Amino acid sequence: MLYAIETKEITKHFDDITAVNKVSIFVKPGELFGLLGPNGAGKTTLIHMLSTMTEPSSGSAKVWGYDVALEPGSVRQNIGVVFQDTTLDDRLTGRENLDLHGRLYGLDGKTRKKRIEEVLSLVELADRADVLVKTYSGGMMRRLEIARGLMHHPHVLFLDEPTLGLDPQTRLHIWEYIKKLNKEEGVSIMLTTHYMEEADHLCNRIAIIDHGEIVALDTPESLKNMLGGDVITLELEKSDDISRLCEIYQKNGCANIVTEKMNEIFITVENGERQIPHILSLASTAGISIQAVSLRKPTLDDVFIHHTGRAIRDKEVSEIETVGYKIRSRRK
Amino acid sequence: MVSASVNRAAQTVYTMWLREMIRFSRSKSRIIGALATPLFFLIILGAGFSSSFQVRGGGAFNTSYLAPGLIGMAVLFTSLMGGVSIIWDREFGFLKEILIAPVSRFFVALGKAIGGVTTAMIQGVLIMIIAWLIGVHYVSIWGVLAAIVIMFISGIGFMGLGIALASIIDSHEGFQMVMSFLTMPLVLLSGAFFPISNLPAWLKALVYANPLTYGVEALRYCLLGSSTIPVLLSVFVLLIFSTAMIVIGGKLFGVMRV
Repeated sequence: MLYAIETKEITKHFDDITAVNKVSIFVKPGELFGLLGPNGAGKTTLIHMLSTMTEPSSGSAKVWGYDVALEPGSVRQNIGVVFQDTTLDDRLTGRENLDLHGRLYGLDGKTRKKRIEEVLSLVELADRADVLVKTYSGGMMRRLEIARGLMHHPHVLFLDEPTLGLDPQTRLHIWEYIKKLNKEEGVSIMLTTHYMEEADHLCNRIAIIDHGEIVALDTPESLKNMLGGDVITLELEKSDDISRLCEIYQKNGCANIVTEKMNEIFITVENGERQIPHILSLASTAGISIQAVSLRKPTLDDVFIHHTGRAIRDKEVSEIETVGYKIRSRRK
Repeated sequence: MVSASVNRAAQTVYTMWLREMIRFSRSKSRIIGALATPLFFLIILGAGFSSSFQVRGGGAFNTSYLAPGLIGMAVLFTSLMGGVSIIWDREFGFLKEILIAPVSRFFVALGKAIGGVTTAMIQGVLIMIIAWLIGVHYVSIWGVLAAIVIMFISGIGFMGLGIALASIIDSHEGFQMVMSFLTMPLVLLSGAFFPISNLPAWLKALVYANPLTYGVEALRYCLLGSSTIPVLLSVFVLLIFSTAMIVIGGKLFGVMRV
């Protein structure tokens, strides 16, 4: 069977850092595949290798049947790439950006004209096609880039953090476009993200990547079900008690216990509602006072914490700030 | 198969050229700015010099004498800037879009070069026309056409140099420094502003090592009918310089990392 993307122990070293370590992934045609991980996990490096921007240090990869190292030209003809930072020419109009792209990919005049209308209407930019990209908002630029990536009917589309730095409403819109083009154009998509909801909402399958390695790979549902049942969060009054309490719970048969913050414990159990009284009574017998309890279904966040021992969220705030700064400084 | 790849290469070159043209047509202020400097030189320097200098061996040192030098200067500025504009493409990300496309980087560089040179030639021709309007007399229409060819050849050379520099310089601060250490000496040491026939030996060596000298001399021959360096030698040197620069520029651009 032909895979859209197929990697065999693909690895990339930068000096003494291993950005991607022996990653083997198979993506089926038509699939919407997500790479989920914190900043610096190696997602972008992996995409750069698959899109022939960077050569792998070892291992191999095929995209739409073509080897990225041996047949980069054929790979490029069959992929569309939307990079993290904008790669539009802001002195040109939206239509001109699309037209130049079509020319570079060898489309003739008639095909270009027809295709430009198609992709513009797909991302609903037809009415702004003839103004300079300089005047576009961040969301419009991202949409135009997605449209441009589709111009030459690629079989595989790479989206690197497609909604990074966009406001929540725009993000929802971009999600709709991504779903639509996956369905209507039948294009296989690999996207990277560090937003749990994004991966959860969009992807057929998700690979959780941390420190350059795949730590889990499955459908969002299976990933969450793997944790089994519900997540109970306990907030303690004194953080000193935390290790003692963990021990007590372990002795009493609670398997999945993770401490994320100094005074919080996550316990994953079946039938959480019925377990809460028991869990609380164990704590009060030991004389440990608990400030707050909550119960919820596991999210991908919990999956991530379960596999890596850390939360993906911690880094998010500082990152959005950096992105904002980056955009501002480029506007100068 | 062969004709398909030739077709593709031509399409790449044309696409990159087209982009430069669209951008150029939108930057009115850039055109005016690029014309203003040589114009001030032409009018003020021309009037000032002709009142106080006399070229040894006859012939007035005046506006006419300056015109080819100023055309050469405009071609130098515009094509060098065109080459290093790759730094801006990299800064603003568009370079990635080009480098990810299934096309040869060499033809991308060539298209960019021809685009930049076209803008340089447009500006050179504009200065030529303005100089003619304020009274500079050209020897013949063939001379004028030949001058346009000279602009193209030397423009390609400086464009290649600019692309080569842009490919190895990774910040635009570094680029600013290179530009000031490169353009001013090139212009001042080119014979654009003074006759090169009776120079002290050290200065003569520098002037003859400067590719722009041959561009200016060839232009002077085509437009005014006389030059210190024989025109065939000038054209020969220009051809070698341009070929070398576009090959080096294309090669360095080919291995450049984004």
